[in-house]
Amino acid sequence: MYTDPRVVALVESEFVPVRVHVKQNHDEFQRLGAMYSAQWTPTILVVDPAGEERHRIEGFLPTDDFLGQLRLGVAKAAFSAGDFTDAERRFEEVVSEHSNTEAAPEAQYWAGVSRYKATNDPAALNATFQKFQKKYTDSTWAKKASVWGG
Amino acid sequence: MATAAREMTWRHDFDRALKDAAAARKRVLVDFSAAPM
Repeated sequence: MYTDPRVVALVESEFVPVRVHVKQNHDEFQRLGAMYSAQWTPTILVVDPAGEERHRIEGFLPTDDFLGQLRLGVAKAAFSAGDFTDAERRFEEVVSEHSNTEAAPEAQYWAGVSRYKATNDPAALNATFQKFQKKYTDSTWAKKASVWGG
Repeated sequence: MATAAREMTWRHDFDRALKDAAAARKRVLVDFSAAPM
């Protein structure tokens, strides 16, 4: 997953990458594996500077799906930091640039939540509900947004 | 002209990475791996 230049560029621009190898870094694998309950490889975590896990990817993914998940993790970290405007922008980018991945409907949901948190305007949630009427209609995230249609 | 492939530069010191991520306003990507090295 890390041989694609798009992945390398994204990781270099957004992350400090740490590899914990089950054999090469055995002690650290045990320590961090216990700390974050990582019991399978590959497990990829997006962790904020305070050490809090913000997103988890378990198992191999094709490049576009992996890019979508990485960017979803960056957006979630922004959301958790309370930077809702930046989070919304990043979630929307996942929707537009990784629209055919499973990251997209989740990002669409959280983009709506981010806008609501930034504006305190319930119309943001209803607008998100309307989007789910047109795309990703069968997704879990559309079900979660269904309560915003009233 | 083909773009030369770039390899990921991995770190192995997680605690140091947290500090560097804070300074750079980035996040830490932790890859638990069993891939051949």
